[in-house]
Amino acid sequence: MRFGVVVFPGTWSDCDFHYVISEVLHEPVRYVWHRDRNLADLDCVILPGGFSYGDYLRAGAVAGKSPVVEALQEFVAKGGYVLGSCNGFQILCEARLLPGALMRNECLQYRCQPTHLAVENVETAFTRGLRLGQVLTMPISHGEGKYHADPEPLREMKERNQIVFRYAEADGRVTRAANPNGSLENIAGIVNPAGNVLGLMPHPERAAEAAMGGTDGLLLFQSLLGSLVEDGSFLKR
Amino acid sequence: MTGAEPKVTLDLARETGLTADEYDRITSRLGREPTWTELGLFSALWSEHCAYKHSRVFLGRLPTAGARVLQGPGENAGAIDIGDGWAVVFKMESHNHPSFIEPFQGAATGVGGILRDIFTMGARPIAILDSLRFGDPSDAKTRHLVNGVVSGISWYGNCFGCPTVGGEIAFAPEYAGNPLVNVMCLGLVRADRLFRARAEGVGNPVFYVGNKTGRDGIHGATMASATFDEHAEERRPTVQVGDPFTEKLLLEACLEAMATGAIVGIQDMGAAGLACCTSEMPARSGTGMDVDLARVPQRETGMTPYEILLSESQERMLLVAARGREEEVRRIFAKWELDAVEIGRVTAGGALTARLGGEVVAHVPVDFLADAPKYEKPMAPPADFAERQAFDPLTLPEPADYGTALIELMGSPTIASKEWASRQYDQQVGLNTLVLPGSDAAVLRVKGTSRALAVSTDGNGRQVFLDPRRGAAMAVAEAARNVSCSGGLPVGLTDCMNFGSPERPEILWQFAEAIEGIAEACRVLEIPVVGGNVSFYNETSGQAILPTPIIGVVGVLDDAARRATQWFKGAAHRVALLGPESVSLGGSEYLWTAHRRLAGCLAPLDLEVERRVQAAVRAAVQAGLATATHDCSEGGLAVALAEGSVTGREPVGCEATVAAGGRADLALFGEGPSRVVVAVEPGRARGFEALMAESAIPWRWIGTTGGDRLVLRVGTRAVVDVAVDQVERAWRGGFERHMA
Repeated sequence: MRFGVVVFPGTWSDCDFHYVISEVLHEPVRYVWHRDRNLADLDCVILPGGFSYGDYLRAGAVAGKSPVVEALQEFVAKGGYVLGSCNGFQILCEARLLPGALMRNECLQYRCQPTHLAVENVETAFTRGLRLGQVLTMPISHGEGKYHADPEPLREMKERNQIVFRYAEADGRVTRAANPNGSLENIAGIVNPAGNVLGLMPHPERAAEAAMGGTDGLLLFQSLLGSLVEDGSFLKR
Repeated sequence: MTGAEPKVTLDLARETGLTADEYDRITSRLGREPTWTELGLFSALWSEHCAYKHSRVFLGRLPTAGARVLQGPGENAGAIDIGDGWAVVFKMESHNHPSFIEPFQGAATGVGGILRDIFTMGARPIAILDSLRFGDPSDAKTRHLVNGVVSGISWYGNCFGCPTVGGEIAFAPEYAGNPLVNVMCLGLVRADRLFRARAEGVGNPVFYVGNKTGRDGIHGATMASATFDEHAEERRPTVQVGDPFTEKLLLEACLEAMATGAIVGIQDMGAAGLACCTSEMPARSGTGMDVDLARVPQRETGMTPYEILLSESQERMLLVAARGREEEVRRIFAKWELDAVEIGRVTAGGALTARLGGEVVAHVPVDFLADAPKYEKPMAPPADFAERQAFDPLTLPEPADYGTALIELMGSPTIASKEWASRQYDQQVGLNTLVLPGSDAAVLRVKGTSRALAVSTDGNGRQVFLDPRRGAAMAVAEAARNVSCSGGLPVGLTDCMNFGSPERPEILWQFAEAIEGIAEACRVLEIPVVGGNVSFYNETSGQAILPTPIIGVVGVLDDAARRATQWFKGAAHRVALLGPESVSLGGSEYLWTAHRRLAGCLAPLDLEVERRVQAAVRAAVQAGLATATHDCSEGGLAVALAEGSVTGREPVGCEATVAAGGRADLALFGEGPSRVVVAVEPGRARGFEALMAESAIPWRWIGTTGGDRLVLRVGTRAVVDVAVDQVERAWRGGFERHMA
């Protein structure tokens, strides 16, 4: 499976994703410059964390209108996989590839800390290898991660099973105390209705090696790789 | 075109901060009165901040050589060979004055400045540490400063994409009118790809790259070279404004341009901006520079040559490229949407010639500009020096309840958890951080090798106030000990010397003594000093800060997997105390917290014992014999054990005999150097004992981990017996409750 990691001016998790894909997963990967529209050789495009264009207008707003993100619309329509983490999630929302928006953290401060995520949807390519209710541990690092959606789109998202991760306690209970940024209903990650575009605020690439404190982030990649290789026959743990 | 410039007189020169003697020196070397623009150059480059006028005679005492040293002091940052073809580049700098005037931008641009010092050397920054000092956090003004400084660091470092992995925050009333913001940065570079701030090759083009020049920060260097009064905040326009996004682009563009081989030399436009670069770079290379200021990208109209040269606008670099390769440089900076404008050439003859279009506005010898006068001003110990040390803390009453005293100490703002700050910093970007903030030292792996780096910053102003020489040596010992506790061999040091006005004899004496202490400790511990910074004039309305050298030590772990952290990992581990028994309550955190006293003598420091204790701890970590190692510092042995119990993910109780007898406050809370707590799994105790016997250091078993209580005995008497949960709550909330 061939991965592309998008680099905007101001992106900083690009090298980390590239490292995990090439050095931990040993899969082919290349960088994609933000002005590049050619994604034909790729199976999965990563939109990494950072402060694209400085996030000066609104997090992800300028990047959401960039040439590479315009090209993503067609890539997604053809069934290509897209994973946006942190700033990447913000960009996917700005580009309307995912519903809702990410606002300033309720505490009005940046937060870098480990979080627990309860898995609510195991039907996506990214979560096929997980169990419903499984709890993953991954760190967050953001100032604008408070997820918001209006009541009607939220209802639709629930109907279509688009909510994938919620912030939870270590035992999986979804509580107010476990919500690090004030996200609506503790939402940490969502997919598009087709299930090929995942956006999440936590950083799976920072939970990909035991030395870095955990390997739960790898499960997303392994689900994706397994789902391609065995197409549906992926063995659930 | 330059309009009506003021006529330069001695009075005007004085207003810009120069002395009558300095002005004389200038007119006699130039053989004429300087122009207004030239006066600006001298006022900035001969400021204390840029020229180290009062400190240079002392700084030569520091040992700077070592087999691993690739770059010592005098460049943008120092560099140490860490093996496998890699070098670590690091430096610490202060941004105290701007941070008091405008805490958010002051601290943010402090981070920006030190990041540029690292990547001008060709290194990619991998970690930031901040050493912060404030007044009492129960004071509203202090809280405003803490909030501003922490969010400024968070904003700049996070947006730029360099993790903040450590540092410390301490509080004392002496910092209320003059907080300290010292930022250290480390970067990695291939050892044979170091860049330097040199202007070599007559005829080579000089490029201005990065942000446009505005009127911000003019006279920043001069502002940092004076004390504050009640009008300090009126100096806000001298504080620069940061743009971390542009800095990130500048990083990527510089590293990409450096990789082409088209770059000859490069320097950050920091203090004194373009003036500093256009004089220091040629001065280092025996060349000159001819630049046209009209070509400098400007974001304001009508800027005078004086303003263009002295602006401290951020995120700018001056680089010298190889002639004929101009297009490569332009192309790379255009890709990153940054200005790269050729503003002049390297010349022979050793002069800086600045023009505005056709008109020459300054023409001065660069060696003269870069060589400010050195002063050897009078110095003397403070009049009350003996009196400070004469106080015997044991004349004070013992606390009514030692458990309560320990809990108060664990909740004192200096000792309590700083998670409130560290969770606002990205700690992991780059995927190198093996040990996050909260242990003795941060540990970062070096990808592609088996190695890691350990790094710690330390400095205790109270100890230096009571005994500058020993206190400063203790700061070196402690920073190195923290690195050793984590498993790293200390290989290099940077320092930030924060003091009051050197024009006062007692301050200069403190400074000179502190330098001697650092030099002595570095010689015995064999740690070269590869860079640093002096910040004088840290006083407001005549009240100087505590003399505060902050020491940053970098160490190397050959095997990244053989590292240690400070918290106890489980029950039934045996606990040992390594190092001497001698401690003192003089200058201790306990004496301040419980009695509001700053007085007494420091415990003795035997640097030879210190060296052996550190070697023993490293050997234990490297042999995999230690499950936890923790330096005893503020709060003494009792706090070290309590921190072992509560700073990990799960609290672990501990029972220990801290002393055979004597005053319990001294045994529990007395502070002394060269002391380390080590936890050992019971099955490894024999191996540990054998290793300690070889190490020839004083040590003893003092207790065992486990349970849910912290029990500390003096002799057979349990003087402390408290629930670890209670200790943990005090520690977690002690600082945060002030900021909530």
